[in-house]
Amino acid sequence: MSVREKVKLVDTAQTDLAVNLLIFILATFLGTELIRHVSRLLHTPLMALTNAISSVSIVAGLIVLANPKNDFITLLVSVAVALAATNIVSGFMITERILRMFRVRKQPQQQDKGKTVPAEKK
Amino acid sequence: MNDTIVAYMYVLAVVLFVLSLRWMSEVKTSQRGNWAAASGMVIAIAATLLAYQIQRTDLLIGGFVVGAIIGVPIALKLPMTAVPQRTAMSHAFGSLAVALVGVSEYYNDIPKIDTFTVAVLSAEMILGFLTFTGSCIAFAKLQGLISGKPLIYRGRIVVSLSTIAIAIGLGVYLVINPLQSNVVPIMAAFALLFGFLLVMAIGGADMPTVIAILNAYAGLSAAGLGFVLDNKVLIVAGSLDGSSGFILAVIMSQAMNRSFLNVLFGGVGATISKSEKEVTAQPARTVQSYTPEDVATVIENARTVVFVPGYGLAVSQAQHVVKELADMMQAKGIDVKYAIHPVAGRMPGHMNVLLAEAQVPYDQLWEMDRINPLFPETDVAIVVGANDVTNPAARTKPDSPLYGMPILDVDKARTVVFIKRSMSPGFSGVDNELFYLPNTMMVFGDAKKVLTDTVAAMKK
Repeated sequence: MSVREKVKLVDTAQTDLAVNLLIFILATFLGTELIRHVSRLLHTPLMALTNAISSVSIVAGLIVLANPKNDFITLLVSVAVALAATNIVSGFMITERILRMFRVRKQPQQQDKGKTVPAEKK
Repeated sequence: MNDTIVAYMYVLAVVLFVLSLRWMSEVKTSQRGNWAAASGMVIAIAATLLAYQIQRTDLLIGGFVVGAIIGVPIALKLPMTAVPQRTAMSHAFGSLAVALVGVSEYYNDIPKIDTFTVAVLSAEMILGFLTFTGSCIAFAKLQGLISGKPLIYRGRIVVSLSTIAIAIGLGVYLVINPLQSNVVPIMAAFALLFGFLLVMAIGGADMPTVIAILNAYAGLSAAGLGFVLDNKVLIVAGSLDGSSGFILAVIMSQAMNRSFLNVLFGGVGATISKSEKEVTAQPARTVQSYTPEDVATVIENARTVVFVPGYGLAVSQAQHVVKELADMMQAKGIDVKYAIHPVAGRMPGHMNVLLAEAQVPYDQLWEMDRINPLFPETDVAIVVGANDVTNPAARTKPDSPLYGMPILDVDKARTVVFIKRSMSPGFSGVDNELFYLPNTMMVFGDAKKVLTDTVAAMKK
């Protein structure tokens, strides 16, 4: 490998890190802004939802599974995949269940007050 | 070609995750948000399968079968009062998953592993493992498997801090000597121990903040894994989760007028012993004790009633009878609202979910800042299972441990009905001034029973 190629390799690694850091920082800022605007009513389902989202770490497990060195690693990752999958399944389902409780109640209340019920946006 | 498709699938997944949080900002669009996130998840998994040509789809399917067997019954059957426990458990699962993948990645990569990767992996493993035990203890406390009281002993802070210092020290050692793989289990053990010690020292009422902090840690460790694997979806999802936990923790600790550090290492336990002495030293003050029939009479003569729910409501499962009583009042033309303190309950938003379960319309749920100006015009405030968040000492007594904490100004209502099992002080260990006010009616008994009796008395 020529010196030039080596330098290029290092550079790419550095750029990757910088890009990843940039993504991390921007996503954190975006996240804090988005969460600030979440209604306090929904903080519990929000937590269930973000927890399910972060279980996208299942992807990391899959990447390691693409090329595991030995059975021990396969075993560890399989446990991790099962744990993350549990979070994904129960996280989205329970968020849905909680949100449904909030949603259903809205309409009769509005009708009681004689307000016009806005058309359901689907 | 394949790579391009995969890259754009990841972009799509990220967009869906961001949109889902955007849609969570209001009830109307929140369900759409959940579906967006779920779709993002499916796309991210599909993209990964495409990109890495993974042979072991059997393990993925197996994982989801196990996940469905454990997760579906929990999601469908779990009573809403137990949502904080489930949240703690899901943080435990998530962080353990991340930590285990971190460990596997490390052993898979050595000996060809660079310093940066080792550094991030060490940090990620420490965070993951400490979040795991911390969340397990939080779960055990919330579920009542162990006492919710903080475990306080002399030198606790020194012990905790040296545990984490050793874990971090071992992490640094590993960065310098990346091939010393036998350091990893020891480092993990110290991180696990620290998480255990950290949450053992925290009491029940601080759980909302702690759960939010554990949420932030779990997200942060997932983002760390994203750096190691150069996977941008993971970085974004992890940092969204991390910032969510962080913001919730900020909101919770502001609502208690305390800093994170104070919640984690603070002296709540220390004040318990001190205030107990104060309580015994004080001359006995009298409270006025009333019956559910008296409450019914007061309610019938009221025009505006505000319910103040707290953790006790969850414990006695009184949310449905509260709603029943509220319906009777509304039928009589009485205005009913619910005052929700940000830290009422055991996790952020806990009370809202309980009341939503009991079919309370969410426009009757009022946040602290909005309801406080209305208390002077409120005829009856009914405190159900809340305590410290109503203590006027937080406004008036500079020497009180609660001083400065934003509270619900329940004492300003014309009549306060305080339903309570006994005269024991709240979590903070501080006696509630509210009990002794002339306009306070103490009703002793289980919240659900008292309210059921009140409903019965109203029907007469």
